[in-house]
Amino acid sequence: MSILHTVNKSPFQKNDLASCLSHASDADAVLMIEDGVYGAIKGTKAAAQISAAGATVFVLGVDLAARGISEDKIADGVSVVGYDGFVKLAAEHNAVNSWL
Amino acid sequence: MSEGMEEGGSIKKFMYMNRKAPYGTIYALEALEVVLIGAAFDQDVSLAFLDDGVFQLTKDQDTKGIGMKNFSPAFKALGDYDVTKLYVEKESLEERGLTADDLMDLVYEDEDDDWAEKPSIRLVSRDELKAVLADQDVIMSF
Repeated sequence: MSILHTVNKSPFQKNDLASCLSHASDADAVLMIEDGVYGAIKGTKAAAQISAAGATVFVLGVDLAARGISEDKIADGVSVVGYDGFVKLAAEHNAVNSWL
Repeated sequence: MSEGMEEGGSIKKFMYMNRKAPYGTIYALEALEVVLIGAAFDQDVSLAFLDDGVFQLTKDQDTKGIGMKNFSPAFKALGDYDVTKLYVEKESLEERGLTADDLMDLVYEDEDDDWAEKPSIRLVSRDELKAVLADQDVIMSF
């Protein structure tokens, strides 16, 4: 049993990412989308929370590109995926939890 | 009537505060629309970018993949509307892993200085922004 969590809010404005990371199991995946992708920027408080978490963490590349966040700014341990990767993650896990 | 209503009107200091990231919500785009409309009224206009608002000014935004309009080039037109003071808070940039190099080059032509091209973005500390805010007549927050 594993879950795909999606987070779509900026971690600098809401605590959705922090709460999600602390409730996700090691077998889970966390995918940052929309304004949630700001959580992937290295050197931030959010990046530290990600590296301390057990779940595998992904970020949606098209949302990064829209916001002008280049891939060299992405924290270690965060994998960039496309819409196809999003679909694959949803199919691989038993449930999807959208943190709204 | 009260001061400021005399014939010809008076110039007031208008501040538009931007605290939201672009695209995730409509606030950033709506704020920019209001600024452009307000620019027609010949007031002393400033913009502040703090908290997630600093994300509005990142360069190389490419929205093709998300099917939304990239409105960041519109910031480059502000100088032509005499909107030349964009205060960006340093602490907000740092907390978000950004530096001034990650922002667009926004400039205006100074008519009082032989149309010399000058930067519109003014990096300020939180304390400096506090002082700028205290000096305004009208503040609109988005």
